[in-house]
Amino acid sequence: MSSLHYQSLTDAAAALDAKRISATELTQAVIARTKAVEPRVHAFNSFDEADALAQAAASDARRAAGQVRGPLDGIPIAFKDVIAVEGQPLTASSKMLRNFVSPYDATVTTKLKRAGAVLWGRLNCDEFAMGSSTENSAFGPTGNPWDVTRVPGGSSGGSAAALAAGEAIATLGSDTGGSIRQPAALCGVVGLKPTYGLVSRYGLIAFASSLDQIGPFTHTVEDAAVLLQAIAGHDERDSTSYRAEIPDYRAELARRRGPWKLGIPREYFGEGLDPEIGAAVEKAIAFYREQGCEIREVSLPHTKYCLDTYYIIATAEASSNLARYDGVRYGHRSAQAKDAVDLYFQSRAEGFGPEVKRRIILGTYVLSSGYYDAYYLRAQKVRTLIRQDFLNAYQEVDALITPTSPVPAFKLGEKSDPLAMYLCDIYTIGVNLAGLPGISVPCGFTSAGLPIGLQLVGQPFQEANLLAVAHAYTQAHAWHSQQPKL
Amino acid sequence: MSAPQLNIDHVAKLARLALTPTEKAQFAQQLGDVLHHIEQLGRVDVTGIEPTAHAFAVTNVWQDDEPRPGLPVEAALRNAPAQRENMIVVPKVVE
Repeated sequence: MSSLHYQSLTDAAAALDAKRISATELTQAVIARTKAVEPRVHAFNSFDEADALAQAAASDARRAAGQVRGPLDGIPIAFKDVIAVEGQPLTASSKMLRNFVSPYDATVTTKLKRAGAVLWGRLNCDEFAMGSSTENSAFGPTGNPWDVTRVPGGSSGGSAAALAAGEAIATLGSDTGGSIRQPAALCGVVGLKPTYGLVSRYGLIAFASSLDQIGPFTHTVEDAAVLLQAIAGHDERDSTSYRAEIPDYRAELARRRGPWKLGIPREYFGEGLDPEIGAAVEKAIAFYREQGCEIREVSLPHTKYCLDTYYIIATAEASSNLARYDGVRYGHRSAQAKDAVDLYFQSRAEGFGPEVKRRIILGTYVLSSGYYDAYYLRAQKVRTLIRQDFLNAYQEVDALITPTSPVPAFKLGEKSDPLAMYLCDIYTIGVNLAGLPGISVPCGFTSAGLPIGLQLVGQPFQEANLLAVAHAYTQAHAWHSQQPKL
Repeated sequence: MSAPQLNIDHVAKLARLALTPTEKAQFAQQLGDVLHHIEQLGRVDVTGIEPTAHAFAVTNVWQDDEPRPGLPVEAALRNAPAQRENMIVVPKVVE
């Protein structure tokens, strides 16, 4: 990673500390790269060059005065366009919020500002984070930097693509059913979904509140540890925020060396898995075995119900969360409405795209009178069984190894059937239902040159262990340091 | 779980969402497929299983009832589609 814009976060921080580069030079390099590749990648919904350069200059001034705030000071970090940054656009890639400007900062934004990071642009995603390809954006799809005719994955496709294309040193995304790990796999970068409750959701536009979690995209596992350190922790403004102990994740990487007991869930290696992905994951498993890890086959018997459980719970919560978009206080207001009630119907009809409407309809249906017990309540009970499967497995093993996505990046427009698209999240959604931490790291390429992701799933709030297991693999392999030819 | 019958007009009304005839036809077919898939949850024995609303136990969080500054009026109104004299303007509700 020789180019300035392709440095890892920790390398960039070291270069800033050694005064080999300035924050201004680093930010200028990222801006120049963004301008050069955006016409092909379209990872950004918006960026504010002058604002980023002003933040970089402030960082340089702090450094000159000996007041550096830590490893993120002066590092350009871009945000998925569902995370609030005061005074900047916040669109959720929806026409509904096309002109919305955030009146406040998300907690993660506040934390990164305090850490001195340069808050760069806002990244494209599936509308309201609903999708697996970033094709559902009202502002057009993002291209995969490895092949711009293919999807970057979703819903945080802009966050994964921007990093893979060198348009930021690190990015943030959100993961409701795999929306960090799946695009990380398809774009060849590291994506971490923390345990539910570890990172505050305050200032994150809500999709499915019991599943959503903010997390980092980075080039290395060490970078993920550094960024997680900055954003994790209890927040009184989020009632679901957990009072977890926050260790020094980076220090723990050096301390925890295994060998570990690793579980292979047999249900994740069956029908529908691309053979090249299966082979790459098997090689990764062989690596851990060679390192002295004990590899055990485990069973998660309710895996086949994850997809259905997820789409009931996620759409039910989404239909409730998205009821706030009524055209009254903010967001798109229809000019066609006949009266106050019609204002709701028309504003929502004009503001939301097809996938969001589909999920609102499904969510409203499963919550409606007469169907609540049959769908929503039953799904919540099956969720208990799915979570119990994972906790049972952790009686035997420290972490689980699976593929991240059943398929590599597919062509834009290739999957028009919603059910076929929903199946792309088959290996990631169980982790959200159980609230566990999961990470995707690059583990190879297909014969067509498309990245393959390895998913590691850890125990609740045991991110230090999960990161150490992932770090052991990436230290011995160089997949994550490959760059696309753009 | 009985075979799903999606009355798209009724559900769209509950969702306060105006749909075109094309959308109605398309969603009814697509969601029919999804609901058919979801039906397999009916085969799971959930007798005596407690529902999980959150992955981890969540209890009520109480804070002292002390006034603190909220969003300033101008910031709260910044994104209002129409406003007048520090209020949001909406179409007439009562004739």
